[in-house]
Amino acid sequence: MNEPLLVLERVDKVYDPDSAHPVRAVQGLDMRVHAGEIVALLGSSGCGKTSTLRMIAGFEEVTAGSIRLKGREIHRLAPARRGVAMAFEGYSLYPPLTVRENIAFALKSARLKREEVDRRVREIAHLLEIEDILERYPSSISGGQQQRASLGRALIRHADLHLLDEPMGQLEPQLRALLRGRIKHHVKERGLTAILVTHDQTEANALADRIAVMEGGVLQQFATPAALKEAPANLFTGTFIGEPPMNVFAAEARGGSGRLRLRLDHGSELDYPEDAFEAGVRARMLECRRIVLGVRPHAVSVAAEGHAGPLRARVTANQWLGDQTHIAAEFAGGLLVAVEHHRAAVRPGETIGIAFAADDLHVFDAESGAALSHGGRAA
Amino acid sequence: MDHASRLERILRGIAIAAMVLFFMFPIFWILLMSFQTNETILRNPPSMAFAPTLSNYAALLTGRLDTAAGTLDIDFMQNLKNSVILSVFSVAVALLLGVPAAYAFARHKFRGSEDIAFTLLSFRFAPPLLVVLPLALYFQDIGLADTYIGLIWVYQLICLPLILWIVRGYFEDISPDVEYAYRIAGHSWFATFRRIALPLAGPGIAAAGLLAFIFAWNNFVFALVLGSADKQPVTVGALAFVTASGIQYGQIAAAVVLSIAPTLALAIYAQRYLVEGLSLGAVKG
Repeated sequence: MNEPLLVLERVDKVYDPDSAHPVRAVQGLDMRVHAGEIVALLGSSGCGKTSTLRMIAGFEEVTAGSIRLKGREIHRLAPARRGVAMAFEGYSLYPPLTVRENIAFALKSARLKREEVDRRVREIAHLLEIEDILERYPSSISGGQQQRASLGRALIRHADLHLLDEPMGQLEPQLRALLRGRIKHHVKERGLTAILVTHDQTEANALADRIAVMEGGVLQQFATPAALKEAPANLFTGTFIGEPPMNVFAAEARGGSGRLRLRLDHGSELDYPEDAFEAGVRARMLECRRIVLGVRPHAVSVAAEGHAGPLRARVTANQWLGDQTHIAAEFAGGLLVAVEHHRAAVRPGETIGIAFAADDLHVFDAESGAALSHGGRAA
Repeated sequence: MDHASRLERILRGIAIAAMVLFFMFPIFWILLMSFQTNETILRNPPSMAFAPTLSNYAALLTGRLDTAAGTLDIDFMQNLKNSVILSVFSVAVALLLGVPAAYAFARHKFRGSEDIAFTLLSFRFAPPLLVVLPLALYFQDIGLADTYIGLIWVYQLICLPLILWIVRGYFEDISPDVEYAYRIAGHSWFATFRRIALPLAGPGIAAAGLLAFIFAWNNFVFALVLGSADKQPVTVGALAFVTASGIQYGQIAAAVVLSIAPTLALAIYAQRYLVEGLSLGAVKG
């Protein structure tokens, strides 16, 4: 049996199925997670990521489909028998117990020796920087401390699968950055497998080997952070991943005389040599009546008028963030955001020239949203 | 509070004193009456000057009442015992049934769960007389009339809805994730109920139990109709002092003092839980 550690097969979750307005929280979810992997479920509120996690944990019933862990069907088992550990978004510490007891009770049922329990509590408390509050009660510590205690309760176990629901949402940025590294190291060192739910891209990028982007209960793309950024499978992933978000423009493609012209809705035209795009891609672009072009803000070249290319944009804002400039400009009837890594001198009201290299262009089918090409190569 | 002026504090003090006087005076007066004979009680105008006597309490404890018309046997101590038996067992049964039911209603929304919970609550809306007469007939037929079991059963109409609704609110206040965290660490749902949910809802359960106890203790009409003298609680037993030769106010007063003493002591002892439990649990929107 070379099956992945966790297999979700055509999993559906419907809330209030008998009511007039059933809520389809998760639809036809197929996902495979390999042993030792860290996977992030990324999406906005209500995208189905937490429902997915809770179905794996056993707190929500699976409406249809199956979940297998280590080859066992677990979706009908009681949570206690699934062999998973979980850190809860709402911390869910047990109020009458101290932080130490809260963390240790996850181990007590495993009948370990007292010294072994003590050693592991100390180790995990050190990892999460909560050694000084081990004897305190949950009601007397801050939200961030409670969150770390709750995380400790999940990480201390050697479960087959660790589920982390927004594990660092309440922490300060510096601490978050520190703990990301430590948690990743802890998980990798012990060969644990973890699924974390988050709406924070930075967290997903920093922690996860692969990211599952969800929207409307449907898995949009499941890939490495780099692949998500370089080759988004559809328009949603393209615009969702990346900060600031990808610029998108509706367009139509026209060919002829060795050129490929992409006419934007508001009159501007991008003109590329035909061979900047693979032949198959060209054919698809011409075949689709409407396409959407996407360019990452970092890939927009900006220059004084008349230099960077034939496209003109009117600057509406210029913000220097200390290490990069965000330039917002009116372009093709919409807003374009460009990022420069130096301090740009343009002022609001000025006209600038912009250009997009064919290599940086993402092309999507406007109708289905599916990606056609990335940088000229077929998606 | 610190900002209140002197005048405000004085006015507030007077208002509180007036309230205390209003509510405490009847109890104080009953206490005085319990140490007097009928003659001094019925003086007009009433006076606080009298020679205290323990004869009322003595009559209750010995069970012999000497009146102008002769000696009367009363079994007040039996009534007191009945009150304790009926109240304690009613509350025990109601807790045993009501707490798990409250947990189920709080945690599991199943088809019709709201309707069932509301039906149980509606038992408290109905006037007792509505049910007590048909019940009296049924109880005669099935042999439950004049038994402790029959009375305890009927007392569930008082205790069960109270406990169910207060404790349910309390369970709902506990985050389900606290229980999930325990379950996922390898514990069954029953262990979770016993070790997590019950202790966390403890104050609410105590408050509901206490309140149910007081309601059960003060009940009058069920025992009046469904029980005979040897099964009746103090509330009904006090009727015995309304005799052919007159109303024995002194003994009634002493009986009232004896009968409110246990609940009063219990309420004072558990006041903290009562206030905390009721304000946290039941008032959830």
